[in-house]
Amino acid sequence: MSLIQEARAREEMLAGSVVTQPAAWSVTEQPWAWAVAALLLIMPLIANGFFLIEIFGTTLILGTIALSLMFLAGYGGMVSLMQLTIAGFAGYMVAVFGVSGNANISLGWPWWLATPMALVLAVLFGTLGGALAVRTEGIYTIMITLAIGAAFYYFTNQNWAIFNGHTGINTIATPHFLGVDWRMDIAFYYLTLAVAALCYFAVLYLSRAPFGLALQGVRDNPRRMAALGFNVNAHRIAAYAFAALIAGMAGVLQVWNYRQISPGSVAVERCIDILIVAVVGGISRPVGPYIGAFIFVILRTFALDFLVKVGLDGNRFRLLIGLGFLAIVFWSSDGVIGLYERWRKRTRQETRPPAGGHGHG
Amino acid sequence: MDRVADRLSALGSTAALELRGVTRMFGALAALTDVTITVRPGERRAVLGSNGAGKTTLFNCVTGDFLPTSGTIRFFGEDITAFPPHERIRRGLRRTYQISALFLGLTVRDNVYLACRGVSRARFSMLRPGVNDALMQATERLIEAVHLTSVRDQLVSELAHGQQRQLEIALALAGAPRFILFDEPAAGLSPTERRELVAILTSLPPHIGYIIIEHDMDVALRVVESVTMMHNGRIFKEGAPHEIESDPEVQELYLGGGHE
Repeated sequence: MSLIQEARAREEMLAGSVVTQPAAWSVTEQPWAWAVAALLLIMPLIANGFFLIEIFGTTLILGTIALSLMFLAGYGGMVSLMQLTIAGFAGYMVAVFGVSGNANISLGWPWWLATPMALVLAVLFGTLGGALAVRTEGIYTIMITLAIGAAFYYFTNQNWAIFNGHTGINTIATPHFLGVDWRMDIAFYYLTLAVAALCYFAVLYLSRAPFGLALQGVRDNPRRMAALGFNVNAHRIAAYAFAALIAGMAGVLQVWNYRQISPGSVAVERCIDILIVAVVGGISRPVGPYIGAFIFVILRTFALDFLVKVGLDGNRFRLLIGLGFLAIVFWSSDGVIGLYERWRKRTRQETRPPAGGHGHG
Repeated sequence: MDRVADRLSALGSTAALELRGVTRMFGALAALTDVTITVRPGERRAVLGSNGAGKTTLFNCVTGDFLPTSGTIRFFGEDITAFPPHERIRRGLRRTYQISALFLGLTVRDNVYLACRGVSRARFSMLRPGVNDALMQATERLIEAVHLTSVRDQLVSELAHGQQRQLEIALALAGAPRFILFDEPAAGLSPTERRELVAILTSLPPHIGYIIIEHDMDVALRVVESVTMMHNGRIFKEGAPHEIESDPEVQELYLGGGHE
């Protein structure tokens, strides 16, 4: 009996195996992704300064911070709420080592020295935080990283020697090189786009490299990974370091964008915003955080006007974000990506017979 | 001093795996009590015993998933008692799990590739492997050896139970294993798949020894040359398969009571 069942199960398995390779979400295989890429490249021709920076620039920066969380959570199974803290730390370090209006604090290094320094320190911060967090699993990882975020927020509030307390650091200098002021709208947009693209493709590439595969192995079964010769905790800490580099780069862009940084930029609710962005977009693929960031920024920017128009208090825009968050998580366990994938599966089943179609290699 | 003693015993010792007085307590419960086993290189041994006899705990102590409460474990002469699991694996120890411990979100090929990568260098490599990569070729050979070539691009979560068990074995064969612990590899397999399993086990290179936990006597006694019986966390009897099979005490304790 079991023999027949087994054989039948196998047949069904082979017949139903249309969707096989899960990681094939690259530009080359998604024709519409070319359209999005082209649109992003010619955006300065279409959009005015406000849209370019406030909508698209902000989306790319926020999306990149959320990408670092997606890398940890989606590939490594580690939900870190300190990614925004790392980005904020990198921003603070740009202000502290670089040039700002607070001459008594800033060391006045040129941007090409202050920026790498900020990134190195951000990676160090993320690695140390990660080394603490990998000792825990699941909800405890969330708690410990949230605690790190909260501690950093209160520290910046109370420390005046480096972080200038609750007033923060203002009029931070932005880079000028190659004869370009990189804080001008169009230049800054392209800079942001380049950094976001670099991080996005790095994560995409890494997902199929030994390091990324091993991280997914750690996510699926850490105990077996150890039984295959992997040092699981070392792998997790290395993932935190890599994610910190991504978050740090976004943090540098963030501080160049606003030209100031204060404890409000690293507040606990900002940390949670990153989680919302990543989950709304979907944490199974690197494109998810950018979709989530776009939705978040659109809601944050226009919900106020919308609410006022329908006669509600404009300050309730977070309610709208919260409801959207609830709806997406309720309808799809993997955010917008999950919705899209279910839709694609359905249309494929309608247009194509389920058998055949499965190639090797 | 200890170092020298270690090296001398490594030279003189012929044991692949040597457990001395290994005890493992879970609170007040002794899962293993004073277990002493010596297995020669290339030796193939079955560990039998009813549920709760301590067989899987024994495996977990050897692989380092649990540390023994007392006692020492030597692997090819080296004291590995306090080593973390991955250090033991890198020295040629392998294991499979009673309940498949696979990477369900990855394809068959990625699973096997990870196993090959885990016991080689550059585990942190950020460069994707090419098609001609030596480890990729080793991966393909291993997939072929366990007859999974037709499903190598499928997600492991989509595989049938028997295929998952075959993959479970493939992961333990990666690299250059010197000694393997098989934890009920035949669990849930069909008669045909059991025959395939016996074929895979008997065709392993002779220098690879193993310990197999198996309730199916047809499988267990056909692939081993010695048997250890365990009962309540202790070694109960050791001997050749035919001796164990005909031993009246064993009959009463295990074989007789096992058919329900």
